[in-house]
Amino acid sequence: MKVPVLADLIASGQTPEILFWVGCAGSFDQRAQKITRAFVEILKHAKINYAILGKEEMCTGDPVRRAGNEFVFQMMAHQNIQLLNSYSIKKIVTACPHCFNTFKNEYPALGGTFEVIHHSVFLQQMIDEGKIRLKEGGSFSGKKITYHDSCYLGRANNIYEAPRKLLEELDADLVEMKRCRSNGLCCGAGGAQMFKEEEKGFSRINIERTNEAISTEANIIASACPFCNTMLTDGVKLAEKEEKIQVLDIAEIIASSLT
Amino acid sequence: MYLIQQLLFISLSAIAIFLFSKKIREISRNINLGKAEEISDCKLNRWKNVLLLAFGQKKMFRNPLVAILHFFVYAGFVIINIEIFEIFLDGILGTHRIFANQLGSFYTFLINAFEVLAAMVLSGCVIFLIRRNTLKLKRFISKDLDGWPRSDANYILIAEILLMSLFFTMNAADRALQLKGNIHFLDTGSFLISGQIASTFNSFSISSLEIIERSAWWLHIVGIFAFLNYLPYSKHLHILLAFPNAYYARLEPMGKMENMPSVQNEVLLALQPEMANANLTETEKRFGAKDVTDLSWKNLMDAYTCTECGRCSAACPATQTGKLLSPRKIMMDTRDRIEEVGKQLATGSKNEINKSLLHDYISVEELRACTTCNACVQECPVSISPLDIIIQLRRYLIMEESNAPQEWSVMFGNIENNFAPWKFNPDERDKWSEQ
Repeated sequence: MKVPVLADLIASGQTPEILFWVGCAGSFDQRAQKITRAFVEILKHAKINYAILGKEEMCTGDPVRRAGNEFVFQMMAHQNIQLLNSYSIKKIVTACPHCFNTFKNEYPALGGTFEVIHHSVFLQQMIDEGKIRLKEGGSFSGKKITYHDSCYLGRANNIYEAPRKLLEELDADLVEMKRCRSNGLCCGAGGAQMFKEEEKGFSRINIERTNEAISTEANIIASACPFCNTMLTDGVKLAEKEEKIQVLDIAEIIASSLT
Repeated sequence: MYLIQQLLFISLSAIAIFLFSKKIREISRNINLGKAEEISDCKLNRWKNVLLLAFGQKKMFRNPLVAILHFFVYAGFVIINIEIFEIFLDGILGTHRIFANQLGSFYTFLINAFEVLAAMVLSGCVIFLIRRNTLKLKRFISKDLDGWPRSDANYILIAEILLMSLFFTMNAADRALQLKGNIHFLDTGSFLISGQIASTFNSFSISSLEIIERSAWWLHIVGIFAFLNYLPYSKHLHILLAFPNAYYARLEPMGKMENMPSVQNEVLLALQPEMANANLTETEKRFGAKDVTDLSWKNLMDAYTCTECGRCSAACPATQTGKLLSPRKIMMDTRDRIEEVGKQLATGSKNEINKSLLHDYISVEELRACTTCNACVQECPVSISPLDIIIQLRRYLIMEESNAPQEWSVMFGNIENNFAPWKFNPDERDKWSEQ
């Protein structure tokens, strides 16, 4: 697929309206790459004037900061902010709640003030504005979907409704897990847990969460975070329920329901 | 005779107030052993939090039934304390029900209202006591509470039940004496609850009723003084500290981590010296927190405010899956450690064998298990952030002790060198678009 890269656009005298920040998972993780491509499809479909940073993008520093390594975080933050400021970036959309949180809450103190929007809210706005329309009776109609709240969207930034509203557009049956919204249970990936083995316990967090999702008898677990997606996908595999329940990002769900 | 009682009362009050204020000064000094942190912005929102979170107990209502019971106990206990004012004046002046004459029927109304509240407190405490000790609620049977903390919770409930019973006994004996026409006991009319008990006192002699009334009166006020002085040693201190803690609660989105200007500056010195502040580097003693004195005073006030209810741990994904981490224990450890540091300071003894919050109280394994999901912060009814302490200890582990699991060290290196947590070639960052 052809994806506009910011440096090329600037060189040819164009300025995109919005920067799509892909994030490390979206760039390198094979499963998350699918989410990235789905989101790009939607951007193209809605004829959004966007660009990515391409090879110039770097980790925002979220996992290192939360692990306790403030030095590496500050290095990443500095380089990213310098780059974004040099391109005079004003508005950023991202499909990663961790990148979103870092841009929204942590870069401003370091000289990086951008309008940042998570793709769940962005997609919701595009539907509200009529920029994208969803098929009537699409492949999700009549299906049971349960939405898993990402901690960095939900509790961290109070975004609970946008992803749910999106799913309500699908004509599907939205079921809630017992622990949802501000009571939502973490998938187990945050705080740099994604990058190390879990501590000893009687269960794994992702298994605990996936079992809760499975018990809703949903056909689909919708997530809005690439890390939650990985953790829950692993959980479904461990429970040997791959045939019964799919883990999909809201961007994938919307992309496959476009008219 | 009255004079002796008055003198006894005055000296008892003086001792109780002296001891209480001494302990409160000690706690306040301990809290101030924490690092300075300026919290003076958005006053209006802060007062709003005091109203909603502390007075209104907003977060308790996540479980409405328990919230209502707790509200009864809280509102009842606070409002009944207005009655203490009269008891206090009577004690000092040697009077009896000093306000009864002036207030007339309004007095009867007031005491009636207090009795209704006292009944609510009493039943609330009985239900809580049974719930705490018979229902196997995970957060109550947790090993966090083994030993003193579990007894502490029960002592408080039993003390409140006793105080309320004494209040009823006192009123009932008083009424029984009124009915027997004792001139010292002004007719206040029958009260709703003690009135029922008073009728069972009919057969008692005047002298034994006087003994019952006086004993209940004295035990009640001595009980109040004892309770007051027990508070600062107990988890129950939240009845006072919940208010300032709500005022000083963080107002920013939960996802925001505190910046470290000292590290920011060092990185700037390395990457872009012209942007750095050359004077700032000397100010930081150490990166992150090793001991309680490295934490902010707000973290320490959090620790004293914690009432060990365990809602944080009940919501924590690590605790729920059997990891060593329990956010409640983080707060209890912090309080235990600051108390220890305070004691050492008072006695002038040296920090024995270099103990610290990190390692001696909170282990690396506990800290590592946190997913920074903010469930503990979300749940806390009294605006505590265990996460903030966890993060500061993690910072010390990584930046001062270079203590990281192997996988994290690899991840740090990857981010620093390849700009992603995994070892991929940065030139392949946009390879996903080739499909």
